Amino acid sequence: MLSPQETLETYYLEARRDLLEIAAFLDRYDRAAERDGGKAEDESKRDSMLEALSLLAKSEHPKANRAEQLLELFAKIN
Amino acid sequence: MQIIQPHYHGIARTAQDYERMAMSGVVAVCEPAFWAGYDRRHPETFIDYFAQISEFEPTRAASFGIKHFCWVAVNPKEAENPELTQEVLRLMPEFFNKPNCLGVGETGLHKSTRNEIDSLEAHVDMAMKHGQLVLIHTPHLADKAHGTKTVLEVLAGMDVDPDRIWIDHVEEQTIESVLDAGYWAGMTLYPVTKCSPRRAVDILEKYPTERLLVNSSADWGPSDPFTLQESIMEFRRRGHSLQEAVEIFHNNPCRFLGQNPKWDIKPITIGEQ
Repeated sequence: MLSPQETLETYYLEARRDLLEIAAFLDRYDRAAERDGGKAEDESKRDSMLEALSLLAKSEHPKANRAEQLLELFAKIN
Repeated sequence: MQIIQPHYHGIARTAQDYERMAMSGVVAVCEPAFWAGYDRRHPETFIDYFAQISEFEPTRAASFGIKHFCWVAVNPKEAENPELTQEVLRLMPEFFNKPNCLGVGETGLHKSTRNEIDSLEAHVDMAMKHGQLVLIHTPHLADKAHGTKTVLEVLAGMDVDPDRIWIDHVEEQTIESVLDAGYWAGMTLYPVTKCSPRRAVDILEKYPTERLLVNSSADWGPSDPFTLQESIMEFRRRGHSLQEAVEIFHNNPCRFLGQNPKWDIKPITIGEQ
């Protein structure tokens, strides 16, 4: 098992990359909406992303079950 | 589709990579001199390395029908040894006469130290005096924004032709300043630590593409020569035409690199299928 520091050192760059992809996805959506002059008819997928990010931003998760919470959140999306 | 891989470290890759690149449409690769993963101690080691990428590596690529070009320089990490840098710079011009050598690169910055800046200035100065193109490496990760700003400040203080300078590894936070200053900008697609294929296509859609280059810079670290093809696929699936893809992934390298007469691949126009 990895120590807390080893966990950060091992996975930080990959997590950084994944967050950048999410940021780029949201930017891509905004640019598409601007280009087409309107939002998507159904924005629930975008909203689920924002809700997920807000959940991740909470500093305390005593059960360390963020992934489980996100899966439950995404399960509501068709 | 014919593809040019403008930044590729063939000596760190296998023959199978050349084979698969050839099968995917790559017609030429360009190999800048880079860090070997350890600091070399002798100028002669650089000279042997330059001989490898200017004489032997073209034969490996040619066996798969790929043209191979190279660049020579002391990379920024090893610029921390000024005596070594000066001696290599003294010996470097002989390689400008090699039939596949396109210019000076990759020079640039890593931690933006005084020694690195001195080396960058000396490399750019030599390139301008010898009529060579320049390929400039910008730092990784947290050092990128500051290092890119410093590169631009250094160049602004020199007598250079921005048309002949390619500043590589730009990302969202650095591309605008590079393009605004009139240089060519390169996006390097890495699996983790640099730009990604999708983000590169976002950038292609956001900025004028006339001075943009896309590459994989595949080397001995976590990297993949096929991130370039991934980005072509991403570009095409967003509805951009085949000719638009050819302009970026084949013709733009031809336009920049073709400023050196040794580059003999011309831009192409193809009919949409």
